[in-house]
Amino acid sequence: MKAFPITRLVDRGATIFLVLLGAFAIAVPVLNLMTPAGSSLHVSTYFIALFGKYMCYALLALSIDLIWGFAGILSLGHGAFFALGGYAMGMYLMREIGSRGVYGNPILPDFMVFLNWHHLPIYWYGFNHFIYAAVMILLVPGALAFVFGWFAFRSRVTGVYLSIITQAMTYALMLAFFRNNLGFGGNNGLTDFKDIFGFNVQADTTRCGLFFLSCLAVAIGFLICRAIVTSKFGKVLVAIRDTESRVRFLGYRVENYKLFVFVLSACMAGVAGALYVPQVGIINPSEFTPANSIEAVIWVAVGGRGTLTGAVLGALLVNYGKTLFTSGALATYWLFVLGGLFVLVTLLLPRGVIGTINYRLGLRADAKSAAAEDGADAEVPPPAGAAPRAAE
Amino acid sequence: MDTTTTSALLYLNGITVSFDGFKALNELSFVIEPGEMRAIIGPNGAGKTTMMDVVTGKTRPDTGDVYFEQGSYDLSKLDETEIAELGIGRKFQKPTVFDMHTVEDNLQLALRNDRSVRATLLWENSSAQEERIGEILDTIRLKPMRSRVAGSLSHGQKQWLEIGMLLAQDPKLLLVDEPVAGMTDVETHQTAELLKEINRDRTVVVVEHDMTFVRELGVKVTCLHEGAVLAEGSIDDVSENERVVEVYLGR
Repeated sequence: MKAFPITRLVDRGATIFLVLLGAFAIAVPVLNLMTPAGSSLHVSTYFIALFGKYMCYALLALSIDLIWGFAGILSLGHGAFFALGGYAMGMYLMREIGSRGVYGNPILPDFMVFLNWHHLPIYWYGFNHFIYAAVMILLVPGALAFVFGWFAFRSRVTGVYLSIITQAMTYALMLAFFRNNLGFGGNNGLTDFKDIFGFNVQADTTRCGLFFLSCLAVAIGFLICRAIVTSKFGKVLVAIRDTESRVRFLGYRVENYKLFVFVLSACMAGVAGALYVPQVGIINPSEFTPANSIEAVIWVAVGGRGTLTGAVLGALLVNYGKTLFTSGALATYWLFVLGGLFVLVTLLLPRGVIGTINYRLGLRADAKSAAAEDGADAEVPPPAGAAPRAAE
Repeated sequence: MDTTTTSALLYLNGITVSFDGFKALNELSFVIEPGEMRAIIGPNGAGKTTMMDVVTGKTRPDTGDVYFEQGSYDLSKLDETEIAELGIGRKFQKPTVFDMHTVEDNLQLALRNDRSVRATLLWENSSAQEERIGEILDTIRLKPMRSRVAGSLSHGQKQWLEIGMLLAQDPKLLLVDEPVAGMTDVETHQTAELLKEINRDRTVVVVEHDMTFVRELGVKVTCLHEGAVLAEGSIDDVSENERVVEVYLGR
């Protein structure tokens, strides 16, 4: 393969995005760790924890934008992949507690001791090694997406029907994870984590590290998405989104294309969940609630579907708004605000924030090139049969 | 019949397709020889589009045989993708191009290449491809529109772009559904020229309502009615056929 064209990946918008993200990823931890608590430049640990969490949401939003914005697959169950990745990470963190749990059992997590279990279930084996957990973080959501997608795309389930069965999938998983005998802590989930890679999860330095890693994951996820959507593969995806049957008649295996992005997107969501769990300190079945997945879709819609940067921005904006609202006297109105926001965006900004900006810039560029073209056209006679310019 | 002895590129025998009891195709049989151009006419509901659906794998026939390339492939057992890969290209009745992509990208996607996920992920444009796209653009008269978004083309230009996409697929057989619907007279004439040009090295089946256009093509005509062949022959023979006149004027 020839040298990969970096310009293809990083256009102007992407450059601005990556620079801002990089500055944020470095400046925030530095201002937290290097400045005294009283200083006006100091960034609180609360802020770090908050935005670390948002960055995980941003990665989830990216994964949704990849399939929804470019392939037209509206998954309303992407929270399931996020939660599965989170559980895989949670299992590793549980094993790392070791004998420091309430019951002091060196092998069994507290909830198993409480349930009178005597042996570690087989599927908990290996999670004391991070490498194994890391593989599972990608493998479990990926495998579920593969099986689910295999059947759904092969049977040509599309549109609203696909959205409904993705909802059913995450709902079924939620019910399953609520059960104590499944071995994932029932409705309490996994919590009480002590360390991650031997560092205290509560420490400021660890939080800064996780925050930085989350930003890094967003950047890498973004570049992977860019590589995909700017390739010929990405063009096929957009073609599938707009006119699926035409793509089939051109001889493309549409289901393979959909399956590939769906699995990739699920793996990204899994990584997002895995980064999320140590930062919030808990993973429980409520992460599987369909409402969570729907909220994630709203982030993408607000930021701008099919723009990637918009997904990240939308996740940050909506969640920051949510934090502002739900922590004050307006808390009870949050759902109205969220609902209203969705209605307003649909009515006034159907392209989302970034989508609208891109559209405006595009119009201006078009006007410029059209003016240039008109000048050039004067020398070349118009093509036979071409419609007159005025008609366009 | 012995499927290995037919010389036909496309062989349809006794095709019946029914939707909720309505027989869209009723024992339809005809053959297309390699290199031929055939016009298929018939009033609305005669089964023209259903016939194309059967050939391209969108609809499975209830009974009957569809064979491609001297009987070597049974099309009723393959799906759309496999049939497209065998070399059957289809233009839809309503122009169906990728509106969000440029004219060039539309052709690029249609060019005969490895269609696997891996191949498109690692794809790099080559100058040979660019050249081929340039040739097709010349043929379909859209060269100045190369980097325009397909959604901004006029109706007639979209029809041509779609024909161009068929050419890019490099098919053995082109199925063209109502290529001149909504075109001006000049465009209709140019389209006839274009199809004749294409027919020089490919087999073409054109479904069309427009009689002047069919006359201009000057090829063998098959008239369908109620899912079966009513008449076959030159345009003059067919248009003088009493049954055909009755079917067309009787409605």
